[in-house]
Amino acid sequence: MLKKILTKIGVYLLVLLGLSILVFIIARVIPGDPARQALGPRVSEETVQNLRREMNLDKPLVTQYLYWLKGAVYLDLGNSLQTRRPVITDIRQYLPATLEIVLLSALFMIIGGILLGIVSTKYTGKWLDGVIRVLSYLGIVSPSFLWAVLFMLLFGYLFPVLPTTGRISQSMAAPSRIITGMYTIDYLLQGNIAGYLDAIRHIILPAVALMLGGMAQAARLTRGNMVENYLKDYIQAEQAYGVTENRLLFKYLLKPSLIPTITVMAMDIAAIFGNAFLVENIFNYPGLSRYGLSAMLNKDINAISGVVMILGLVFIVLNILSDLIVAWLDPRVRLMGGSEE
Amino acid sequence: MNGSGKTPKRDYLDEVRKLWYKFSLNKMSVVGLGIVALVLIVSVFQPLVAPYPTHIGAVVDFKNANRGPCADYWLGTDTVGRDIMSRIFYAYRGAFTMGLGVLAATVPLGSVLGMMAGYWKGRWFSTFIMRMTDIFLALPPMILALCVCSILRPTLFNSLLAMCVAWWPWYTRLAFGMTTSLRNEMYVKSAELLGASKPHILFREILPNCTGSILTKATLDMGWVILTGATLSFVGLGEQPPLPALGTMVSDGAKYLPAQWWLSIFPALAIMIIVLGFNLMGDGVKDMLSGEE
Repeated sequence: MLKKILTKIGVYLLVLLGLSILVFIIARVIPGDPARQALGPRVSEETVQNLRREMNLDKPLVTQYLYWLKGAVYLDLGNSLQTRRPVITDIRQYLPATLEIVLLSALFMIIGGILLGIVSTKYTGKWLDGVIRVLSYLGIVSPSFLWAVLFMLLFGYLFPVLPTTGRISQSMAAPSRIITGMYTIDYLLQGNIAGYLDAIRHIILPAVALMLGGMAQAARLTRGNMVENYLKDYIQAEQAYGVTENRLLFKYLLKPSLIPTITVMAMDIAAIFGNAFLVENIFNYPGLSRYGLSAMLNKDINAISGVVMILGLVFIVLNILSDLIVAWLDPRVRLMGGSEE
Repeated sequence: MNGSGKTPKRDYLDEVRKLWYKFSLNKMSVVGLGIVALVLIVSVFQPLVAPYPTHIGAVVDFKNANRGPCADYWLGTDTVGRDIMSRIFYAYRGAFTMGLGVLAATVPLGSVLGMMAGYWKGRWFSTFIMRMTDIFLALPPMILALCVCSILRPTLFNSLLAMCVAWWPWYTRLAFGMTTSLRNEMYVKSAELLGASKPHILFREILPNCTGSILTKATLDMGWVILTGATLSFVGLGEQPPLPALGTMVSDGAKYLPAQWWLSIFPALAIMIIVLGFNLMGDGVKDMLSGEE
């Protein structure tokens, strides 16, 4: 088992290395001279040449890549063209804000999706099941930016109960000390309840807008698997023994039915990160995704590479986590080292 | 197939009837097909069915600007007086171009790569192909498409290209999974023993058994490609103004919320409707091709 996990991690590291090559290639095919772009048009040719040498742009591509990779390993991703700061400083500032939203969103998605799936299974064929199925269809087919726009309309103008821009209200002071960078947690650690509530109120709408699609999908999958497993022999045997319906649902039916859902949910959380690119923009929320999007629209190469590498890293961590959870849930994987892929 | 050259002539009409029966068992998939057909018709015949076919371009009619839904303009007009409905009809063309273009490029390429990697699993190029797919799958397709799109000039064709870069690995992985399990089937082994050529084995023995899953995924993916395309155009990477794109219409209209809600809400609904159509239809295709009687 341990050996299997280590091999997996090795494969994922290779994937990360491959991703870095891909990102490097994408970044280098952009027409234009990065040194000239960094300095602006009014600088002499000599200064540009100096910077080119400094940035190793005069070396062959492979050498350039190796320099870039060496920098990346030491968390030196170069400077951002927009903010004129090291990209890693920007990431340190913006990543916690996005993590905060994504984690809350993922939590909502997991709990909501599984619960809706169970309710739907319990009332299979009844009206509640029908309502949940129609709603989950709607959730699946609507992009999250659409929910974001809708929420803006609903909560920003018609029923202004929740704030729709920024991380905290303007009257609220930022946490006195930045510990994790996630405002909700920092406020809590400092015992600032008012601040905590304010920060939570600001991330609820984007978090919900982000997770509706994933939740709907999780609900559908959970329901599908549970209904399918319901017909299996072992469930009928349990029923014959007189196991109560609820115990059957939660103890015997849910666990095996969750395994395919978990793998999909890990991908959904990665998709939440992706969709955050738009949703943060709509809610004017200063997170990594908004930073990444503006980097992409402004061809800020170093920032794009940095953000993409971070996203790749997040994806890999999510995959390892979902592998571990599946292994924990599935005795076939846990005891026998897993089936052949 | 092998040695059975004298199979009785198949009654194609009967087979089509059988397929349609399976497809139409679920009424919702027929609804999905209806939605897709309707949208296809209004987009192809936009100049004939749209009330103001010329409003797709740089037309200005300030007299009728910012009108809400009314008898003359069913879905209202935008800030310079163009009919929203005519623009949506035209924008659907871009959506279909996107969906069909991306799938036409990625489905054959991805599937063939996956089948080859699956059939010769263990060889170096199989490992190479599958590691490449892992790398491309390590990013959400939207981010990868955004990334590629951002370095190209923003046009419909370039965003189509960017989507292709992001989309092929899904089919490679699907075909790989199916081929690795199919290659040990008896009929594949017999074909090998009889000395059938590799292309014959891949395309005549293995491929027909994969088409069901691949077609099902492709139908469902039409919706996703259109959705991702709308997302790209939402940030301005796609069809450029004055020509309309669904995502652009939503993002432009969102600035005028809540007073002129029709500017963004109707294009948003338009996106939902077409994606819903392909999703419902995909379920029907799944039932139709799943092989259960």
